[in-house]
Amino acid sequence: MPFRFGHMLEIEPLSAEEILFLLDQSKPFQEIQRHPLKKMATLRGKTVALAFFEPSTRTRISFATAASRLGADQMNLQAESSSLKKGESLLDTVRTLDAMKPDCIVMRHSSSGAPHFVARNLNLPVINAGDGTHEHPTQALLDALTIRDRRGTLEGLNVTILGDILHSRVARSNIHLLTKFGCRITLCGPAMWIPREIENIAGAGASIRRVTRIEDALQDADVVMTLRVQQERLHEPAMAADEYILQFQLTPARLRLAKPDALVLHPGPMIRGLEIDPAVADGPQSCVLDQVTNGLAVRMALLFLMVGADTSSERDSSHAAD
Amino acid sequence: MRIVEKTQLMTATEIDRTLQRLAHEIVEKSGGTANLALIGIRRRGVPLAQRIARAMRGIDGVDVPVGTLDITLYRDDLSKVAAQPVLQSSDIPFPVDDKDLVVVDDVLYTGRTIRAAMNGLFDLGRPKRVRLCVLIERGHRELPIEASFVGRGVQTSDTEIIEVRLNEVDHEERVVLVERVP
Repeated sequence: MPFRFGHMLEIEPLSAEEILFLLDQSKPFQEIQRHPLKKMATLRGKTVALAFFEPSTRTRISFATAASRLGADQMNLQAESSSLKKGESLLDTVRTLDAMKPDCIVMRHSSSGAPHFVARNLNLPVINAGDGTHEHPTQALLDALTIRDRRGTLEGLNVTILGDILHSRVARSNIHLLTKFGCRITLCGPAMWIPREIENIAGAGASIRRVTRIEDALQDADVVMTLRVQQERLHEPAMAADEYILQFQLTPARLRLAKPDALVLHPGPMIRGLEIDPAVADGPQSCVLDQVTNGLAVRMALLFLMVGADTSSERDSSHAAD
Repeated sequence: MRIVEKTQLMTATEIDRTLQRLAHEIVEKSGGTANLALIGIRRRGVPLAQRIARAMRGIDGVDVPVGTLDITLYRDDLSKVAAQPVLQSSDIPFPVDDKDLVVVDDVLYTGRTIRAAMNGLFDLGRPKRVRLCVLIERGHRELPIEASFVGRGVQTSDTEIIEVRLNEVDHEERVVLVERVP
């Protein structure tokens, strides 16, 4: 049963069936990453606007590559060079982009809810590439694809998320996604980054617990997600980097407390020697490079589903491919 | 709009006999099965290709590799398709470089599916030769594409549709000619 996705703003309202459909539709695009010729003409003549109001390297390159491999053209707006610096409002900026007739807008913004605001005001599919501390839906989808590929299922896993949960949209999207499949989430990090309210974000019935000691948090884990320590935030309230390393760095010794085949994920950019020991980052349990490749597949699938088929024309085409 | 069945074009036995003959013909025209590989186009080309490969094993005692190809991403009418197409995986577990490929599909009509299939195949490498085998050839081509191996040629009008129904997909086995009645 195919689903339609008008926008992709957040994981929270999606059903488990919709998520599985998106993961299944990403599979053919994983194969394409292994083809000698990776470029197709599927979205030829379509334009994807990439509006990154917050600096981004990997997510922007991933979406741009996904669009290119599907044959779509791109419009690029980057924070550093944007007219926002000159005082233009968000709405005026995206209306300007819209006037150049893209078929979809992929946007990142430092304010939570900014893509929702744009989706309400433009008649254009919007993909959220990260909004403030709210959600980063494509990251959660690529993480889920990586986990499902290695584990065969998403059902009922023990998932430990380490680091700055408070400021992490990656953590929020992952919590929303994984609790739909009955995963038990354990959050661990400095107390000021693990607010009590986070236990309730996925509604009643979701298993989310906060743990202070990393040794307890890793016990029995099937998946360990390490978040980047945003060093600019280590000072509010103060926690020395050395102290963080001592208490929360994912080291080989600590990882041995998890299940023997536990997966290690990191959304990047990864700071070796801070939140993760290089031996873990490069170890056999690490999935970080798979995550990057899967990110392309998930984003190609979304662009294909949202830009590829025209929703307006209704005609019988069951035999169009004869 | 209703769809009315007009005639039955092939029974299960006739489908089987035709596939046996096509297998013989491919082996004969290829001078054996060396370097040969079959590519079934989703969906109904896939079971047809598998059956032809099985028949070839009976002729030559050799397992001819069979790949499957989903052409959705290569279609030229995506924006005209009302229903969201669901992607299926392609699975071609051998290098196509320098292979002698026979693309297998159920019906050859406009030729657009085959055009899409060739684009898909050439993204995987450079085959030595690509030929086409279809169960039914019904005319009305919109592209300069012809089949090398044809099960049966059928004269049709534009409003008619040929439905190949196979056990693996449709749980029945026959070929019928149906017509759209407004």
